[in-house]
Amino acid sequence: MTTVLYDVPGPKAIARNRVIAVATVLLAAAVIGFVVYRFAITGQFDARKWELFTYPQVWERIGSAIVSTLSAFALGAVLSLALGFALAIGRLSEHAWVRVPCAVFTELFRAVPLLILMMIIYYGLPPLGVQGITPYAAVVAGLTLYNGSVLAEVFRAGILSLPPGQAEAGYAIGMRKSGVMSIILIPQAVRAMLPVIIAQLVVILKDTALGFLITYQELLFTAKFLSSQQSFDFPVIPVTIVVSIIYIGLCLILSAVAKLVELRIRRGSRRAVPADEEPPTQTEAMATVRR
Amino acid sequence: MDTLIDNSDVFIAGFRTTIYLFLISAVGALVLGVVIGAMRVAPVKAANVFGTVYVNTVRNTPLTLLMFFFAFGYDKLGLIDLSYFTLAAVALSMYTASYVAETIRSGINTVPVGQAEAARAIGLPFTQTLGLIVLPQAFRAVVPPMVSVFVALLKNTTIAAGFSVAEAGAIRATLSERGEPQLVVLLWVAAIFVALVMILSLVQNRLEKKWAVSR
Repeated sequence: MTTVLYDVPGPKAIARNRVIAVATVLLAAAVIGFVVYRFAITGQFDARKWELFTYPQVWERIGSAIVSTLSAFALGAVLSLALGFALAIGRLSEHAWVRVPCAVFTELFRAVPLLILMMIIYYGLPPLGVQGITPYAAVVAGLTLYNGSVLAEVFRAGILSLPPGQAEAGYAIGMRKSGVMSIILIPQAVRAMLPVIIAQLVVILKDTALGFLITYQELLFTAKFLSSQQSFDFPVIPVTIVVSIIYIGLCLILSAVAKLVELRIRRGSRRAVPADEEPPTQTEAMATVRR
Repeated sequence: MDTLIDNSDVFIAGFRTTIYLFLISAVGALVLGVVIGAMRVAPVKAANVFGTVYVNTVRNTPLTLLMFFFAFGYDKLGLIDLSYFTLAAVALSMYTASYVAETIRSGINTVPVGQAEAARAIGLPFTQTLGLIVLPQAFRAVVPPMVSVFVALLKNTTIAAGFSVAEAGAIRATLSERGEPQLVVLLWVAAIFVALVMILSLVQNRLEKKWAVSR
């Protein structure tokens, strides 16, 4: 099969590709081998450094840390989606007094680094007399403001990408603006933008780790605590390996669940796009949204 | 305003480090990202697999965790001593490279296969097909999302402040020792970031306008 970059390989190219393949495998093996070798000779695989994972209390701690991470993610995700819808609809409003503030809000909160946003909430608000700013509240509020703004742009791009005839047909049969938006435009926009929305949910899950820097006791905070245990010879590397696996696993599970939902939604609806047209991949869809 | 002017030394030093960190990581991410992106589109299965595994692993790892590993784990490996700044730059480069690679790949995928087939049909060799036909078209599709990747990188540099790099994200900690109101300091930091991001967005809009026509 020809691709944009390469023609069908002939005998010479096949031979050359084999050489490149062998070289790639050797190079990859060398890089991975070097890292593992350094781990091994500096004693990272010693039983003493891994011993703490034999204690049930340690796993209880990790378990409750995962719950903290997931609860910040769950609340943050739900609120972000709600805020995203509200801002997207506001930005598409016909009234300038709704549209302009929503646009300023979205642009502003997308431009501020999330960590700075969390710091503003956690360190900046209490001196003003705002009560009850826990690290959890700061993490969730930061995630919501930032990702809500990003999702607002995603929804808006999705709604704008629909053919204008969709809304016009709705108005023609006598629907109101709210009906056209909620029954006609949003369901199609969500379906079109689902890959990007899922990618953003994974971003929210990853960004809960920023809570570590404002003392929210989530997974990474617990990793820091465990890796500073002198009695286990400061097991930084073992703890990092275990925590990485947990994070990557959680993200992959989230992506897989989201894929299932996507499949169900796609199957359960008559589609406006012809059946042979491939839905955009995650990155292709992402490239269409200007962030 | 007084907070900003009285402590301009801290603000300038902080943002200078941020911009250095941004520029160095951007170059690192671009180099590593092009290599990984090339592996993902290479006609060699082994390279595809390696590129895909890299992208999927790194994209599902929080940047904070990557920084955590480099800041606290690296010195346990007994390799050459690197400053926290360098380690942060390595972590940022590795993280951003996966996004650069994906942007390049999807940019190349926007070029219709017919373009390359037509080029081969009139007898252009590989280098000319690539250099005259495919890459110029892919480049246009790559630049706007690439600027977005770099905007994200600029904002992500603040995470390095949590790992002993004295950059913009660390201004708050320094100035709260001087007794400055934290909210005011943080709002200034946020405002400067908004300005920096706006500059990048302006570049993005101009490039997009300039190149949008010819597709």
